[in-house]
Amino acid sequence: MHDASDGHDTLHDHAPGGGRHTRGGVRTYLAGLGFAVVLTLASFWVASTQTIWGPSVPVLLAALAIGQMGVHVVFFLHISSGPDDTNNFLALAFGIFIVGLVVFGSMLIMSNLNSNNMTPMANGQMQMQR
Amino acid sequence: MSLVDTLTTPAEGDVPLSERGPAAVDVVVGFGFWLFLLSDIVIFGSLFAAYAVLAGQTDGGPDGQHLFDRANVLIETGCLLASSFTCGLFSLAIERRAAAATYLWAAVTFAFGAAFLGLELSEFIRMIGEGAAPTRSAFLSAFFTLVGTHGLHVTLGLCWLAVMVAQIATLGFRPHIVRRLFCFSLFWHALDIVWIGVFTIVYLGAAYA
Amino acid sequence: MLGKLSWDAIPFDQPIPMAASLLMILAILAVLATVLLKGWGPYLWREWITSVDHKRIGVMYGLLALVMLLRGFTDAIMMRSQQALAAGDARGYLPPEHYDQIFSAHGTIMIFFVAMPFVIGLMNFIVPLQLGVRDVAFPVLNSISFWLTAAGVLLVNMSLVIGEFAKTGWLVYPPLSELAYSPGVGVDYYLWALQISGAGTLMTGINFTTTILKLRAPGMGYGRMPIFCWTALASNLLIIAAFPILTATFAMLLLDRYLGFHFFTTDGGGNAMMYINLIWAWGHPEVYILILPAFGVYSEVISTFSGKALFGYRSMVVATMAICMLSFMVWLHHFFTMGAGGDVNGVFGIATMIIAVPTGVKIFNWLFTMFGGRVRFTSPILWSLGFMCTFVIGGMTGVLLAVPPADFVLHNSLFLIAHFHNVIIGGVLFGAFAGYTYWFPKAFGFTLDERYGKAAFWFWLIGFYLAFMPLYLLGLMGATRRMQHYPETDWQPLMIVAMIGALFILAGILCIALQLYVSIRNRVALRDRTGDPWNGRTLEWSTASPPPPWNFAFLPHVQAPDAWWRMKQAGQHTSVPGAERQWHAITLPRNSPVGFFISFFAVISGFALIWHIWWMAIIGIAGMAASGLVHAWRIDSEIEIPAEEVAAFEQARQRSAAT
Repeated sequence: MHDASDGHDTLHDHAPGGGRHTRGGVRTYLAGLGFAVVLTLASFWVASTQTIWGPSVPVLLAALAIGQMGVHVVFFLHISSGPDDTNNFLALAFGIFIVGLVVFGSMLIMSNLNSNNMTPMANGQMQMQR
Repeated sequence: MSLVDTLTTPAEGDVPLSERGPAAVDVVVGFGFWLFLLSDIVIFGSLFAAYAVLAGQTDGGPDGQHLFDRANVLIETGCLLASSFTCGLFSLAIERRAAAATYLWAAVTFAFGAAFLGLELSEFIRMIGEGAAPTRSAFLSAFFTLVGTHGLHVTLGLCWLAVMVAQIATLGFRPHIVRRLFCFSLFWHALDIVWIGVFTIVYLGAAYA
Repeated sequence: MLGKLSWDAIPFDQPIPMAASLLMILAILAVLATVLLKGWGPYLWREWITSVDHKRIGVMYGLLALVMLLRGFTDAIMMRSQQALAAGDARGYLPPEHYDQIFSAHGTIMIFFVAMPFVIGLMNFIVPLQLGVRDVAFPVLNSISFWLTAAGVLLVNMSLVIGEFAKTGWLVYPPLSELAYSPGVGVDYYLWALQISGAGTLMTGINFTTTILKLRAPGMGYGRMPIFCWTALASNLLIIAAFPILTATFAMLLLDRYLGFHFFTTDGGGNAMMYINLIWAWGHPEVYILILPAFGVYSEVISTFSGKALFGYRSMVVATMAICMLSFMVWLHHFFTMGAGGDVNGVFGIATMIIAVPTGVKIFNWLFTMFGGRVRFTSPILWSLGFMCTFVIGGMTGVLLAVPPADFVLHNSLFLIAHFHNVIIGGVLFGAFAGYTYWFPKAFGFTLDERYGKAAFWFWLIGFYLAFMPLYLLGLMGATRRMQHYPETDWQPLMIVAMIGALFILAGILCIALQLYVSIRNRVALRDRTGDPWNGRTLEWSTASPPPPWNFAFLPHVQAPDAWWRMKQAGQHTSVPGAERQWHAITLPRNSPVGFFISFFAVISGFALIWHIWWMAIIGIAGMAASGLVHAWRIDSEIEIPAEEVAAFEQARQRSAAT
């Protein structure tokens, strides 16, 4: 029946991560490692260098981080957007959606509250001025 | 878990995935653990939110730009990345049921993880020694909690890895042990993803707090 | 040696908590003595405490919720009587520090230890049966979830006897809940009880989401899933997404209180508003975690007792999932008055009103389901009708509160109290009772007494209106929540009406208790041998009542929504082998005591951490780890039920149904 040993030739539901001979392999992990190393070094370089226009640095850092997370998801966690991965992919999308809402929602709300309330903690400099 | 035996077995391939009946145990366990990881990521999301809100609240104390040592963070990142890679090789060894290679890559993964943890702990001790303890300011509370929670996960991961090695040694590559091993590798890779957020936002982003 | 614990911790000087705790301890001792004297211990251990059967765990959740309902309601009636008395110069009979504990405990218990266990209990019992499978995805984890919830319950009740409970309201807002302003153990009781039970709830969420998405009978595609399973899916997705936020937020408050961190403190750059932001990022989805499964219950009940398929199944699914997503985008409406700008308030106000749209879709779907049907007015459908009328009022006052300028007038008033009791009693609790009455015969093999059931409904309905409509008026008159006494004697008549309403609710609760007693006594007369007493539509009614441990001798093959209805029409039966099929052995998960042991040590470590008894906390944590490790080395995780046993059970059932 639906045994774990079922062949992987037909379209099959499966778990994220390893356990599938068809997808893993040293080469995948090596490629992932290579991409991750390059992106990490690029992040540290972007943050340290003076040659890049200042305001673009945070954007670049964010892009590099998202790119590297993508590399990890694809090469190490083996999540794809294929039809057999639908549940895993949807769950991941739901998680990202929630984290995005909580993080950016909190930042928006808190900065709005701080700027409206003008409490001492709303503004670090104000406290130092006193 | 053969909770499965159907009235009629339709020919696979004609039937949509969602109508094929209960999924195989491997899939169920992997998906459940995947959901756990997502919930864990939401915990980190909340801590990131707290950090983002409090990053500027130094209360006149030291700020990140003066405290953080980028070279150290780069080495930490390297350790974690290397252990993620060797964890991948560990999974491949398990798939081949190669005991010697499994132990070898488990040991290497453990070593890199422990090195990461050591570096992080020495950073914490140095900071506390410089008067930048978590009780100093809201920024430092949020920093130690966020990075410390990641460190705690790494610690628990190392304990888990040790237990899993003991399980392979005593119980062998039974199907349920192999499932746990794959869950461990998922956990280990996910910690690496969290770390990308940590080093980008906390350490490299310190200038923009 | 014993940290902060000493004889002073026991409130000998306060008669009310002393009497209450004495009563509680006597009740526990009486139960334990009965169990020991009658020799039920081994049976309970074997069949219930170590059980990993989703049906048993569901029943235990339900029992836990009913018992805690009594505790939470005791708090409620004390508050209502205090407010009925303490007008003008009168001070009532509850001193402020005790009253503050009562309203905090009432809210905490009713949400976390009544509504949650009730809803999770119903999901536990029904979801695998409706999906046509034999258990949840992770049966042992399910047992751990239950026992962790029970551990939280135990800690909250211990606070009655040893020490105190939080005096800060049910969400322990800082800075009041910080160590500087709440130096006692009350907030610590709250935090550790909820951290422990919250871990259990999170595991439930993971478990049931996996079950619904990965374990369904063959043929049960997403479009054929019963609507209760859809609502359970939405609810569990919300648990996975929201409970980690709660855990993280409580962890930050614990760090503030135990290690002197500065997340929410008034000094050191901390920001108490962030706590309120984060706690409601959990808190609003929590409301939908509770109400969505209740919506599922109403859908099943209304469809069954109208003898019709649910009107607009697809729109119901879409509305459920829309509410699931939208519920995460509105949390600011809980703190409109905290100072956000008009723009931000406006966005969240409008987002809140948008949720009313899918909810309205549901109401119309239920109405159209009944329209043209032959509605049988049993007590489950009475609860559903009562819900529809009541919930619409609660929903509309909710939309009122979603208008930021109106909220500036109404926030923190009894109007707000009336609103959320309106949706939680009229929505969640009525749903829980509807589900309880509807599925009771499935769990125990006999129906509940209808006369007491209907009486309970009417007492609850009338009691609800008497108790909470006055609070709307009082809120508009300016009465704030959490008042131990008030100077305006004009308010007293309405407060007395509310008190009478609470007495009606008490009568309703007594009817439910009597209903259970009378039904058990008359169980022979009320016996249901068919397994399908209501002429049901979904798969849980296709198996025996109570279902055998394996639920289904053969997994049903689903060809359409309302699978059992279709099967009945086609003359099929799920537990009868066809000509080409043989009875065969069934493997089931083996019982495990690991949940009980982990929770036992969780109580020890929680208690030790509350009282700063560090050595004991280490023992507790080591005990949890050891329990987990012992379990990890277990190999024989399954038992096999021989084919003969399955055959004997199913054949006996057919004979009994035939007579």
